[in-house]
Amino acid sequence: MANAKKVVLNPLLDNNPIALQILGVCSALAVTTQLSVTLVMCVALTTVVAFSNMFISMIRHHMPSSIRIIIQMTIIASLVIAVDQFLQAFAYEISKSLSVFVGLIITNCIVMGRAEAFAMKNPPFISFLDGVGNGLGYSLVLIVVASVRELFGSGSLLGYQILPLVENGGWYQGNGLMLLSPSAFFIIGFFIWALRAAKKEQVETREFRMAGHTEAEEAV
Amino acid sequence: MEQLLSLFVRAVFIENMALQMFLGMCTFLAVSKKVETAIGLGVAVVVVLGITVPVNNLMFNFLLREGALEWLGLGGMSLEFLGYLCYIGVIAAMVQILEMFLDKFVPALYNALGVFLPLITVNCAILGATLFMTQRDYNFSESVAFGLGAGVGWALAIILLAGIREKLKYSDVPEGLRGLGITFITTGLMSLGFMSLGGISL
Repeated sequence: MANAKKVVLNPLLDNNPIALQILGVCSALAVTTQLSVTLVMCVALTTVVAFSNMFISMIRHHMPSSIRIIIQMTIIASLVIAVDQFLQAFAYEISKSLSVFVGLIITNCIVMGRAEAFAMKNPPFISFLDGVGNGLGYSLVLIVVASVRELFGSGSLLGYQILPLVENGGWYQGNGLMLLSPSAFFIIGFFIWALRAAKKEQVETREFRMAGHTEAEEAV
Repeated sequence: MEQLLSLFVRAVFIENMALQMFLGMCTFLAVSKKVETAIGLGVAVVVVLGITVPVNNLMFNFLLREGALEWLGLGGMSLEFLGYLCYIGVIAAMVQILEMFLDKFVPALYNALGVFLPLITVNCAILGATLFMTQRDYNFSESVAFGLGAGVGWALAIILLAGIREKLKYSDVPEGLRGLGITFITTGLMSLGFMSLGGISL
């Protein structure tokens, strides 16, 4: 059971899919202007990763390795179709604002990456937990980014006004940059910085070391 | 013709796949350390997008959309819900065929692109372009222009980023930002730059 706990919690900070493994970045940037939309995306992705890991792990001994990518793709695409139809039926507005990004869960590298790296080697239950863990690691980054963007961009969280805007007679001037797409890059960049400041072992080694300054006498 | 050209230019600059739509980010960030590899990957993406978007367009219009199966006497049937499965199948198959074709007839290009081709199957820019194409209801010639434009735009962005990163590795970046962190921030700045092209109306 200790192992199961580790599999779920490890991807949150120690081996975060976005900040360390560079997986699943695309949707992290595009769906984070509103927290409510982001939450739906996180649930959708976590569901797909967990179940795709489980199903792929179940049939891992019966897959010929030469066509395994196609088989994995088929499983993932079927799961995404199910999620997409569900969203269209029960959360039509949010499904509209996610537009193509629900479909893009198919090519979200987290799903493929975990299927290849974990589910192909491990039994179903633990693979399912690994999927949940990685989904949560992804959700953590997305929720942080979306909270910052929605709070500072439009002064609200989940649609509730936190910082009263100037337009509505409050004092907070909304930061327009936060609503534009590039801000997501900056926030993730700083998130990585904060994470690596706390966990030194994730810092990348430098390719070139700066030489010391030339002394005044040497230069002459 | 003019309309197709403006669609192309729009796809390259204004709706740039990588910097405005954030698609294909994983490969964009992971494979942009050297200009040479970035060019290889960029060309491969242009080729694959130029083929798969029109093919998926044909498939959508003649097999999947509502009323497309009229010729089988199944006028009221819509297979749109099978879309994702079919598109990704077409993309995977196209990449595989392209790989075998290049291996057989253009070995030089195959050796240059070889490692990148399998990566492209899971590049969200490819599937993303197809999904945008169906959402915006492009016809066949528009889908050719859009596919090529999206590819060229993505290639342009990754080559530019690789150029910046080649210089950036000599600079003294704060410890925690080194590598991935600073790449994110650089991409953010590039994306801001590309936003200034958004004011162009075509």
